[in-house]
Amino acid sequence: MTEARIAAAVGLAALVALPFLLQTDSYYLHIVIQVLLLGLIYTAWGFMGRFGLVSLGHGAFMGVGAYTSSLLWNLYGLTPWLGIPAGMALTAVLALIIGYPCFHLKIVGHYFALVTLALGQVVALLIIAARDVTGGSLGMTPRAVGTSWVALQFQNRLQFYFIALALWLAVLGVRAWVSRGMRRAALEAIGEDETAAEAAGIDVLREKLRVFVISAVITAAGGSIFAQYIMYLNPETVAGVGISLQIVFAAIAGGMYSALGPTVGALLTLSLTEFLRVLFGTNFIGAANTIYGILLILFIIFMPRGILGVAERLLERRPRAQTAPAE
Amino acid sequence: MDIYLLEAILNGVMLGGLLALLALGLNLIFGVIDVVWICYVELVMGGMYAIYWLHAVYAWPFLLACVVAIALVALFGLILHRLIIEPILGSAPINQLLATGGMLFFLQSFATLLFGTDFRNVGIRLPIIELGEIDLSFARLLAFVTALVGALGLYLFLARTYLGTAIRAIAQDREIMGLMGVDQRRIYLITSAIGGGLAGLAACLLVLQYDVHPFIGLTFGPITFMICVLGGLGNMFGGVVAAFLMSQIISIVGFYFSVELSYVLAFVLFIVLIVLRPRGILAR
Repeated sequence: MTEARIAAAVGLAALVALPFLLQTDSYYLHIVIQVLLLGLIYTAWGFMGRFGLVSLGHGAFMGVGAYTSSLLWNLYGLTPWLGIPAGMALTAVLALIIGYPCFHLKIVGHYFALVTLALGQVVALLIIAARDVTGGSLGMTPRAVGTSWVALQFQNRLQFYFIALALWLAVLGVRAWVSRGMRRAALEAIGEDETAAEAAGIDVLREKLRVFVISAVITAAGGSIFAQYIMYLNPETVAGVGISLQIVFAAIAGGMYSALGPTVGALLTLSLTEFLRVLFGTNFIGAANTIYGILLILFIIFMPRGILGVAERLLERRPRAQTAPAE
Repeated sequence: MDIYLLEAILNGVMLGGLLALLALGLNLIFGVIDVVWICYVELVMGGMYAIYWLHAVYAWPFLLACVVAIALVALFGLILHRLIIEPILGSAPINQLLATGGMLFFLQSFATLLFGTDFRNVGIRLPIIELGEIDLSFARLLAFVTALVGALGLYLFLARTYLGTAIRAIAQDREIMGLMGVDQRRIYLITSAIGGGLAGLAACLLVLQYDVHPFIGLTFGPITFMICVLGGLGNMFGGVVAAFLMSQIISIVGFYFSVELSYVLAFVLFIVLIVLRPRGILAR
């Protein structure tokens, strides 16, 4: 345990020092911020994904969060400090409306995945249909005011880096809390066999609903902050099927059973995209996703536990090495 | 009755035939192999590109291009099953759905890489039929009739042939059929090829009405899955009923309000119905 603690402390110190080693307008810092923000969303998806509750509609929650806070700011000048919680609250309601009947009537597996896929389409299409306020498919930009804590906008990337880092750490904390002791055992039992879990006295409905709402609400917050950072929202990039599938695949590729797996997935997918973009320029749009698609198929067939899952297993085989993050 | 509303309803019926055909292939695969090909409409896109190249670029006769495209997509379905589904048949069902999701990404972006994001038209202009004051597109009527013939053909194949009976038997009880000497692996491969062939047939009909582009799957994919679930995954008759229900909602709401809103309503209705009847609208 102590070795794991030391590793975590060293890692944290490196993350805090990182922006001072890079220049604050650095391209790499830009990538790292995106990795942290997307990583926390992927991690939140993994909360439920690893218990067999596969959502193909997390883009919907991202979209509700991002559009709520940005629209409140643009239309009413409401600070994102209130707008983001408003988006999270709205998302919680949405997750309850979808989750309660689904879990109550035992809609699982394919059926749950397809219901959430429909949800993602509904949100994306509603955003497009409300084009008078949202800009439709063309997207929208939060009203820029330069550097301001009230508006949560910064010219300098340093503040965003630390906001993203703090949030990411908080989500890892939530993950540890969700998967603590009996809760985790209960969720694992549900993932294995719901009927048996029910018979063993687990409140299946409540456990599933709780993890679904937590996952959705964090995704909404992540979506809001991501929109604040990029300063551009588009129904394709923050809602809809494309981003929903991207969340699923990055989380799986990195390894949703490991605490840091989804973040590794974010790092992998973003680096791959950026690398190919730099390598090919815009001549080969689609090259990144082509390779991405092949990798995903290979991952699911050969490494369903993801990169970090395999790495951890390899480390466990070596008797003395205990540096893998404690699960 | 408003003549334009009547036209919208008729167009809805035509669209329903096409959606029913799309749902049929997916339902067959699910019913027999218990796998959701989330990349199903991307196979259709592949077929559409094949027809476009063969007919519009290499000037093959349209019907020959269609036959070749159907064969190609059927072959692709077979390969998809052999290479991707077969190795993970034993793992959690959701893994198979996600692996075909990877295939969706691959096909979409590979098409972008090869053909760019241009909208391509096969360049066949079919006449408009005038029924009194109603204008009816011949391409849609052709699609509707062909879809029905295709569905009927599939029904006869499943109901009347030995192979079809084996396929239905596997769908009902996959453990027992193995013991009774049915080669499960072969049946799965044949089913995958038929599912692919149906996607190829849908491609022939879609290419007459719509331009081909790499993201056409996003237009038809989600609605096709909704229809399958609504009809009861694996229930082919239910899928046909759901296809006509959904297409009417899309046409009529689209007529009174807007196209986006009609899809929103269709999806909301889907969520409500699936919660009320989780095993499909026709479930007993």
